Amino acid sequence: MSYLKSTFRHPESPKNDLGYTQANYEGALSTLCAGCGHDSISNSIIKACFELSLEPHRIAKMSGIGCSSKTPAYFLSNSHGFNSVHGRMPSVTTGANMANRDLTYIGVSGDGDTASIGMGQFMHLVRRNLNMVYIVMNNGVYGLTKGQDSATADVGSASKKGVPNMYEPMDLCELAISLGSGYVARSFSGDKEQLVPLIKGAIKHNGFALIDVVSPCVTFNNTPNSTKSYEWVRDHKEATGTFDLVPHEQEITVQAPKDKTESITLHDGSVINLQRQPGSLDVRCRESVLQALEEAKQNKQVLTGLLHLNTDSSNTHEIINTCDAPLNTLGEKELCPGSAVLEAINESLR
Amino acid sequence: MKPTNIKDPEYFHKVVDCQYACPAHTPVPEYIRLIAAGRYDDAYMINWESNVFPGVLGRVCDRPCEPACRRGRVEEEPVAICRLKRVAADNKDDIKARLPEVKPKNGKKVALVGAGPASLTVARGLAPLGYEIDLYDEQEVGGGFMRSQIPSFRLPAEVLDEEVGYIIDMGVTTHFKHYVDSLKGLLEKDYDAIFVGSGAPNGRDLPKLPGRQEGDENISVGINWLESVAFGHTKSVGKKVLVLGGGNTAMDCCRTARRLGGEDVRIVVRSPQKEMKASPWEIEDALAEDIPIFENHVPHSFVVENGKLVGMKFEKVRAEYDENGKRSLIPTGEDLVHMECDDVLIAIGQDNAFPWIERDIGLEFGKWDMPVVDEKTFQSTNEKVFFGGDAAFGPSNIITAVAHGHQAAISIHKFCLGENVAERPEPGVNLLSQKMGFHEWTYDNHIDHDKRHLVPHVDKELALANLKLEVEKGFDQELGYEEAMRCLNCDVQTVFTDNLCIECDACTDVCPTQCINFTDNGEEDELRTRLNAPSNNKEQDLYVSGELKTARVMVKDENVCLHCGLCAERCPTSAWDMQKFSYSVTKAG
Ligand SMILES: Cc1cc2nc3c(=O)[nH]c(=O)nc-3n(C[C@H](O)[C@H](O)[C@H](O)COP(=O)(O)OP(=O)(O)OC[C@H]3O[C@@H](n4cnc5c(N)ncnc54)[C@H](O)[C@@H]3O)c2cc1C
Ligand SMILES: Cc1ncc(C[n+]2csc(CCOP(=O)(O)OP(=O)(O)O)c2C)c(N)n1
Ligand code: SF4
Ligand code: SF4
Ligand code: SF4
Ligand SMILES: [Mg+2]
Repeated sequence: MSYLKSTFRHPESPKNDLGYTQANYEGALSTLCAGCGHDSISNSIIKACFELSLEPHRIAKMSGIGCSSKTPAYFLSNSHGFNSVHGRMPSVTTGANMANRDLTYIGVSGDGDTASIGMGQFMHLVRRNLNMVYIVMNNGVYGLTKGQDSATADVGSASKKGVPNMYEPMDLCELAISLGSGYVARSFSGDKEQLVPLIKGAIKHNGFALIDVVSPCVTFNNTPNSTKSYEWVRDHKEATGTFDLVPHEQEITVQAPKDKTESITLHDGSVINLQRQPGSLDVRCRESVLQALEEAKQNKQVLTGLLHLNTDSSNTHEIINTCDAPLNTLGEKELCPGSAVLEAINESLR
Repeated sequence: MKPTNIKDPEYFHKVVDCQYACPAHTPVPEYIRLIAAGRYDDAYMINWESNVFPGVLGRVCDRPCEPACRRGRVEEEPVAICRLKRVAADNKDDIKARLPEVKPKNGKKVALVGAGPASLTVARGLAPLGYEIDLYDEQEVGGGFMRSQIPSFRLPAEVLDEEVGYIIDMGVTTHFKHYVDSLKGLLEKDYDAIFVGSGAPNGRDLPKLPGRQEGDENISVGINWLESVAFGHTKSVGKKVLVLGGGNTAMDCCRTARRLGGEDVRIVVRSPQKEMKASPWEIEDALAEDIPIFENHVPHSFVVENGKLVGMKFEKVRAEYDENGKRSLIPTGEDLVHMECDDVLIAIGQDNAFPWIERDIGLEFGKWDMPVVDEKTFQSTNEKVFFGGDAAFGPSNIITAVAHGHQAAISIHKFCLGENVAERPEPGVNLLSQKMGFHEWTYDNHIDHDKRHLVPHVDKELALANLKLEVEKGFDQELGYEEAMRCLNCDVQTVFTDNLCIECDACTDVCPTQCINFTDNGEEDELRTRLNAPSNNKEQDLYVSGELKTARVMVKDENVCLHCGLCAERCPTSAWDMQKFSYSVTKAG
């Protein structure tokens, strides 16, 4: 087995606005199982960051524990990272974001890491609307610990062990929408055309952005009776519409076709072009999205694409009104203004 | 696009860039792996089977394989394929026992005219089958131009003796110092077939240039002069020498002149330097021996004083190109340039000449007074007479002469058996999985990132003082190993089985050079615009699968695949496999 990937790249590799090629956003050679959906998601992250011309050293990749949480080793080698404790990525990211609000935070987690052990942290993270991208590599099992059903496994879905799951699944997207997340999407690891723009949109969104990516575990959950297998997802996936992101730095040269296309401007001036199927859902309306998700579930469909978007939400810093300068740049004087200031505060509260 | 037909041997053959480019289709990566494994005898024999003169070609081959080498597209420089061949030749043991056994005489008799690489290859094919072979050459030893033209500081006589000897020792009857002055005469003898490998022995002259006659004593045609040096008739040259011409012959002339006493030796060419025909490495070697190149100088006249050549005059020109890229040399109008000299060597090209072939023997001559020769069978319009090497289609190189010789030997054999000469034997092909276990391959799939290693040269002072001292020392075993590791194993093919693919993208994601795509099918030109990486090299094929479950197809651009096997390692279903493709041109014997 190879542990190294050649450093030779395509000699005509395109460069982005920073003069970097995609290779500058890569990571180490994956040690996940061959064919694991997580690897494709890693690659979509690489592609999205490359295409957005993000400076790798201005990104922090955060994760918990699991095969999914291992992936930061396989993308963005030149970025910061923290591989935290099982289910604790939300609190570690919150801390990091509090200290330095200027970085782009990309959290990756698994369905176990998020929906089981990390559930409490996850819900409060959404509520606080921390400015970050949260990607769940959702395979319906605990891959790393050899394939136990996770809390996102559908009722009746059977993994390699063959015993159908008996418990109701958690729908992380529904949860995030009801807890006020302003950017919620679902996608499939095997559909980069959809996933890459969704990641770009999530990065550009101000506030908490969740992308729940169905990501087959080839080793434990790619069976004919699993609803998280490559084949099942391909056969049952239904897109809300196509999605495209034009970063604000980029001149809008191609006019999107007017009918059926909705252009939504994000806080930094980037534009999301949403092309909807006739009669499909209105992603700005929480109620209709929740209804559509329920209907899709009843029809045994996986509804993918951008599910919900609210560009008016405020992130944690805005909610708690912190200063614009990242806290880690403040000196002792600003952070400990002394007893006189404390007195004044106490006085104001009397 | 239609699904690629990988059953067609030429598809994967083309992926092995070096082997495909080699006129004799030598299985390059196979012998390079053997060199890396220290199996020099085996590496030598693979070469010998294909190209008959590994020791010679490992030094002086024109190496069409190297510009074709994939490595040159992936990084800067190709694998030093030619010099690796020499490593095999230099380090082998006695291989005589591995040469083909000569069968008892089969009663057929063949005459070969000329003892150059083409004829010798025919002999190598036919002698083992029991043919009685008469080899004619006007020279005193075998080798043709390899002997008379290529200077010994590039190709030592011992190397040539050894490899020419292997063939002569197969029971070939040599008739050296025997000029064949009539093909008709030869046809009247009891030969079953005749092979003409007489080369292109006429060096071009400048007969009309003013002063040519008067200065004759110090003006030579390059190839005649080199021959005279090779056979020891010419031992010195003047201090100031002008060499006219920009091809390889000119390079050999000027370097030889430097060793025979030439101190101020110059190359003078009509064209711009970048358009010179000589191989880049030959130009480099000449420059390294302090030989300057004067470009855009058109010979105007020889300057002769008191019956002796004292210099030459040149007209300065500049190159202009029309919209079709056709070049014309426009005089700049400057004064004529005068260069002093003691000797001039004219190396401006060679022509064929067949004064010894009668025109009434059913052997048709066509354009430029060249015999009409079939490009596949090498048969002339006189069914008994076959051509090959420079004699067939004009001056080329040794490896081409060898390739011709192999095909001509097959034709002669078929002709003598009364079979249809036009029906050619299929190549021997095989595809063999390299999987040894879970993610283990029988080939070393690790990609080495070293730059091309330089071949050590002898000290310049020593080299210039000795006409016979070989300039290149060749790689030693260690450097040979290092260089061998640069080979990308292009014969280990990525083979795709569409009905195993689950479209998980693992191969696409891992591929270092972004060769693999899953996309909607389309016409080639349009498809190329939609691939993950730029796909501009249309000489390299797209490998297209049958339709997959999602109605898409797998499209692999072969252009810069590293044959690293990562796609196959990351594939969960073995839809990708690494399979060694062998391709061997069928030989007569
Ligand atoms: C200066 C020079 C340098 C070269 N360097 C290289 C090089 O580095 N690498 C490379 O690959 N190629 C090189 N070549 C080209 C190469 O030598 C020839 O392409 C090749 O030798 C052709 O082989 P052949 O068998 O067709 O004929 P030749 O090698 O030309 O042999 C023909 C033989 O036939 C003999 N002959 C001709 N007519 C008759 C007759 N009527 N009767 C009897 N004998 C006859 C000649 O004496 C000669 O020996 C070079 C050529 C020249 C001129
Ligand atoms: C505190 C703690 N409890 C349990 C474990 C064991 N454990 C490791 S990974 C994992 C589940 C991971 O599942 P998921 O997040 O879905 O990741 P996947 O491997 O499926 O990508 C568990 C339970 C642990 N590492 N730490
Ligand atoms: S166990 Fe499953 S999730 Fe983990 S690496 Fe293997 S395929 Fe991927
Ligand atoms: S890398 Fe090796 S196999 Fe490929 S073209 Fe070059 S020498 Fe031939
Ligand atoms: S062998 Fe496979 S992974 Fe390696 S370069 Fe070629 S296509 Fe890409
Ligand atoms: Mg999981």
